[in-house]
Amino acid sequence: MKSKRLIIKAGHTSSQYWKDLWRYRELFYFLAWRDILVRYKQTAIGIAWALLRPFVTMVVFTVVFSNIAKLPSEGTPYPILVFAAMLPWQFFANALMDCSNSLINDSNLISKVYFPRLIVPASAVIVSFVDFLIAGMIMLALMAWYNFVPDWRILTLPFFIMIAFALAMGAGLWFSALNVQYRDFRYIVPFLVQFGLYISPVGFSSNVVPEQWRLLYSLNPMVGVIDGFRWAILGGEAKLYWPGFLLSVALVILVLATGIWYFRRMERKFADVI
Amino acid sequence: MSETVISVENLGKKYILGHQMQGEYETLRDKISNGVKSLSSKLASTLNGKRIANPGIEEFWALRDVSFEIKQGEVVGIIGRNGAGKSTLLKILSRITEPTTGEIAIQGRVASLLEVGTGFHPELTGRENIYLNGAILGMSRVEIKRKFDEIVAFSEVEKFLDTPVKRYSSGMYVRLAFAVAAHLEPEILIVDEVLAVGDIQFQKKCLGKMKDISDSQGRTVLFVSHNMDAIQRLCLECIMLERGRLVMHNDTVSTVQRYISNNLYRALPSNWIDISNAERVGTGEARFVAVQYSSLNESFSFQPYSNGPLEFLLTIESDSSRSIGSLAVVIFSRTGTILVNADILSLGKTINLKLGSNLVKLRIERLNLKAGIYVIGLWLDRTGESSENEALDYLESAFEIEVFNFESVGFGLETIGPVTCEFTVEKYEN
Repeated sequence: MKSKRLIIKAGHTSSQYWKDLWRYRELFYFLAWRDILVRYKQTAIGIAWALLRPFVTMVVFTVVFSNIAKLPSEGTPYPILVFAAMLPWQFFANALMDCSNSLINDSNLISKVYFPRLIVPASAVIVSFVDFLIAGMIMLALMAWYNFVPDWRILTLPFFIMIAFALAMGAGLWFSALNVQYRDFRYIVPFLVQFGLYISPVGFSSNVVPEQWRLLYSLNPMVGVIDGFRWAILGGEAKLYWPGFLLSVALVILVLATGIWYFRRMERKFADVI
Repeated sequence: MSETVISVENLGKKYILGHQMQGEYETLRDKISNGVKSLSSKLASTLNGKRIANPGIEEFWALRDVSFEIKQGEVVGIIGRNGAGKSTLLKILSRITEPTTGEIAIQGRVASLLEVGTGFHPELTGRENIYLNGAILGMSRVEIKRKFDEIVAFSEVEKFLDTPVKRYSSGMYVRLAFAVAAHLEPEILIVDEVLAVGDIQFQKKCLGKMKDISDSQGRTVLFVSHNMDAIQRLCLECIMLERGRLVMHNDTVSTVQRYISNNLYRALPSNWIDISNAERVGTGEARFVAVQYSSLNESFSFQPYSNGPLEFLLTIESDSSRSIGSLAVVIFSRTGTILVNADILSLGKTINLKLGSNLVKLRIERLNLKAGIYVIGLWLDRTGESSENEALDYLESAFEIEVFNFESVGFGLETIGPVTCEFTVEKYEN
């Protein structure tokens, strides 16, 4: 069989990039597999950490926002209200942090082997997604505990998961590429994540935000994602604020598109600067 | 039929060296402050009408105008001193980094092996790492599964397959890593100095495997090494790089010869080496100022070689006439172990120095050292009983020499231990 001719030319990124990405799809799987395997090695309770962390946070948030701050729950049990937001938020936060450090952590790979670099941050997001699925089991347990039956809207959940995925990926690509050149982002990202928790409607419903500020509030794309999750999971009373939601989705698409563009642009220099 | 599988045209790679950068990486602060600086210098230059080059930035061409072609099935060695651009060339060919200028056309699947065990994860078991490493090197899962037993057998670590590799000895680690790499089946294989690992037996096995890959399977191999022995055994053709430029592309024998005679890195034989400013201790009442060494064998360009003679000419300047009881040429390994101490003290001889310049010849009749790089030290003292600081002159590392092996027989693999000896082997039938 005649093999394909490869041309490497100064200033031209390989036209085979996307084809290569497909060819290396197994590496993608192996990197994610490695991170999942390694993640809980030599821990006493292992994978239970993926359950424990969101659960404890949920309890704390419920106590603080419902029992102490007395915020409205809109007819659903407060723990479910919190957890419906906690799921996408923790997924996003973990994915963003892992993603932004992923290239640095695999710097020996970057400088010694060729493969489409996009695989590294993408597999980091996948790993966080696995944690997300595990944490989803708590959601099911909570629903069973409170005898809460979701309606048909739960079927739209994958769509909102996709938005969360796209946002984590887009922002992750930006930060991972920036992190290669400017290690400052190692400190900026945790700060952003911490800060983001307060300006996202995780512990409370976004309905507590005054009407005239809702659109401005939706400039935080996680608002759209979290509202979408609540809308799909809680059903019934939960309403979606459409202008805000569409704005959030548009922002997510923008972040993802520019993220890929920036990453592809910087990718060529990774091996030289990492 | 052999067609061109790699063609490289006017390849160049430029790196920007920043001189003010303290750490390894640029930070935002640097970027911003440099931006402000360059802006202000631009402003200043427009005011003055002069252009000021940014002093913090220097261009460095790791490769420049390199062109060559390699045909299918050829095994090509790439040689050159440190910093000649060998690794950069391999990195560009394996698409890890982009060239600044030029074009490369490659026909066929490339696998590069720039480091043994890239991507090994210490927490994972040997079995898991075989899969991971295989995938990183570009093998598919099916392919790894098919060759799994072969890889395990080659690595000789069957027993520890389910142990995390962090508990492996370094030898086991390297064997496993090389075993995975050795079972790659690309059309073009790019190998950086990775054979210099593991014990001798395993090295031999690796070399054999490499030879097998090129001989019987008709694959194209690019091979970088400082080990001229390995190069000569594996490659028919060599490319020699010097300061980023291709200076020779010819058959291995002539290229290696040129490389050896061109070895500017070390002091050349049969030439006066000025050591008057070398780092030294001692009183300095008499001191070495220049030295020359030679194996006296013109056909080897006077390069020192195993089991050959090695002669030193030493110019010593003395501030008065005096008698010297201890004068020595000391040969160190590169790790600083004294291997040879040729001291006139052990001959029971003394040398009388006159005021001014003196010339002394010291000849090692037979240099029992294997091929390699050694460091030459020089010692001068009245009695040989003084400490280093009380001696007249002592240079711990005056210069380096490279000893070659011109009489290798058979497989000729260099074994460990720096010292040669003559020996025979015979088996008795009982």
